[in-house]
Amino acid sequence: MIRKLAISAVAALGLSGGAALAAGGDEAHVDDFAFSFEGPFGVFDQAQLQRGLQIFTEVCSSCHGLQYLYFRNLADDGGPGYMPDQARAYAAGFEVYDPELEDFRTATPADRFPAVTSVGAPDLSLMAKARAGFHGPFGLGINQVFRGMGGPEYIASLMTGYTGETKEEAGVTLYENTAFPGGWLSMAPPLLGEDVEYADGHANDLHHEAEDIAAFLMWTAEPKMMARKQAGFLGVIFLAVLSVLLYLSNKRLWAGVKGGKSAG
Amino acid sequence: MSGIPHDHYEPGTRPERWLHERLPVLGLLYDTLMIPTPKNLNWMWIWGIVLVFCLALQIVTGIVLVMHYTPHVDLAFASIEHIMRDVNGGHMIRYFHMNGASLFFLAVYAHIFRGLYYGSYKAPREVTWIIGMLIYLLMMGAAFMGYVLPWGQMSLHGTAVITGLFGAIPGVGPMIQEWLLGASAVGQPALNRFFSLHYLLPFVIAGLVIVHVWAFHSTGNNNPTGVEVRRGSKAEAERDTVPFWPYFVIKDVFALAVILTVFMAIVGFMPNYLGHPDNYIEGNPLVTPAHIVPEWYFLPFYAILRAFTSDVWAVQVVSFITGGIIDAKFFGVLAMFGAIAVMALAPWLDTSSVRSGRYRPMFRWWFALLVIDFMVLMWVGARPAEFPYDWIALIAAAYWFSYFLIILPILGVVETPDDVPATIEDDFNAHHNARHGADSTPAE
Repeated sequence: MIRKLAISAVAALGLSGGAALAAGGDEAHVDDFAFSFEGPFGVFDQAQLQRGLQIFTEVCSSCHGLQYLYFRNLADDGGPGYMPDQARAYAAGFEVYDPELEDFRTATPADRFPAVTSVGAPDLSLMAKARAGFHGPFGLGINQVFRGMGGPEYIASLMTGYTGETKEEAGVTLYENTAFPGGWLSMAPPLLGEDVEYADGHANDLHHEAEDIAAFLMWTAEPKMMARKQAGFLGVIFLAVLSVLLYLSNKRLWAGVKGGKSAG
Repeated sequence: MSGIPHDHYEPGTRPERWLHERLPVLGLLYDTLMIPTPKNLNWMWIWGIVLVFCLALQIVTGIVLVMHYTPHVDLAFASIEHIMRDVNGGHMIRYFHMNGASLFFLAVYAHIFRGLYYGSYKAPREVTWIIGMLIYLLMMGAAFMGYVLPWGQMSLHGTAVITGLFGAIPGVGPMIQEWLLGASAVGQPALNRFFSLHYLLPFVIAGLVIVHVWAFHSTGNNNPTGVEVRRGSKAEAERDTVPFWPYFVIKDVFALAVILTVFMAIVGFMPNYLGHPDNYIEGNPLVTPAHIVPEWYFLPFYAILRAFTSDVWAVQVVSFITGGIIDAKFFGVLAMFGAIAVMALAPWLDTSSVRSGRYRPMFRWWFALLVIDFMVLMWVGARPAEFPYDWIALIAAAYWFSYFLIILPILGVVETPDDVPATIEDDFNAHHNARHGADSTPAE
């Protein structure tokens, strides 16, 4: 019981530490990874999302949940690009608790990913939006304009930021990490490199695995990102054209009042 | 309507006459749309339309969001994610609403500073100004309560901090705070009532907007010269004005389209830029974020709130005089509301006989400093309350009060204004002189 309490306390500390970073007061080091989905025209790399899903399934899911994600989402547009059958087959690998049956049963695409399975392990659905890697300078928010909020970069940096140092505090082992605000967290290094074998033969060293899981978690946090950028792009084009037309209308309308000769 | 002579609505057809005799609604619309408007209005006069658009955008997107939102502490956060993931177009509607609040405040600040520079608050437009300030206060209330609804970490703990301000009122404070929250802490009762009020306030604002427009349609618009439209005859008035439709409708809609292009880019490409990552963590009363930072549009006044700590001599003096009833916390609260109050009192604090800042050489510098001061306060409001930020905040807060309470009254006495154009027409022709002259020469 005491151990449980201690773990939750450390997890709470970790959470508030993350909050400190989010609100802009820490010295943690976050690398600027180059993701395919950055910028107005960036798109998710389908193969990368599938690799990230594989890491989540084989590594992260032993402790962490993805409670806002449905299995059917794997077949949604702008995601990992599973076929509905593949999503069904993937879901079948999970057991979910069904309150109506009052028992566990095999998951279907209409079910959510299981929630947190380990004490103190936060849900990962929104992690890429709940953390910010980039700040400043001096709280002016200029870095975020050019580099983004840095959520996925923070996740990737956290995966690669372990120094190998550990210490004991209140009976809990803490691991040193250069990306984590405060420097020490209770999560043991989840990825060491070559933790999974990719079917597509992609490199599975630590750096690539970290990128893949970060990209996947960005998708789980913002599954409609592609649709949003597309809508934004169309909207900007439409409004820009409308602006030009209104500019010309306005100019012509006022020419008479201003006494210009362009009135005709 | 405005006291400026102009054509009034004449029902032309039989159905129009029939309606007009029973309800002169078409006449009201006509007179509102065709109101004579000073023809020299510059690009700072577009923000009113932007604000009307923002109010409409927030109400329309808000109504749709409410159809899918659940105001319950255990379900609110998940229902937002439901909107973001499962509701058709829900992610766009929510991002419009989120960023729409920011556009709303950007526009209102531009609108207010426009008024401060061109003396739009001065007689006879004090009522327009006061109603505008009421609208601004209600906007802040609506925005604050709206931010609570997603029930993220910043929602929850920000609410605790802001309602805690009322707890600083001596004696009755804790009672008021409990009455506001409906409980001793931020929880289900607070979420329910904030949801209810967040839905109500925009309609109150809409009502006040109508009164705001009515007020300045009664006095006529101010304009960059601050010179009134000539009202001697219709012909005279027409040399200073053009009808609102189509001249200013098209101009304002053009400006709106440009602003919306930028807005669309932000919503489409960086919708979370102005938000706090912490609000994507579900609210947990047991875990307090290390830095509780309000949304950017509250930061200037939040900075003033925090500036007056117990180290400040003014606070110590007041605390001593009142026998400790006004402590540093309550002083900060008074300062924050006072900062808005002094702005609302500007019509009576400004002693200058010249309305527009354009013709006030000293005022212009002090005003520019006020704008910079506002930006500095906004910046420092999000910085940690430690050296040197505490000092910067204190100096900036002091300037804010000095501007309204000392500089505005004194300037009117010591300043020698520049020559003001005799009429709006003169000013307009001076600006469009080259083309006007070139055109009129062959005619002579």
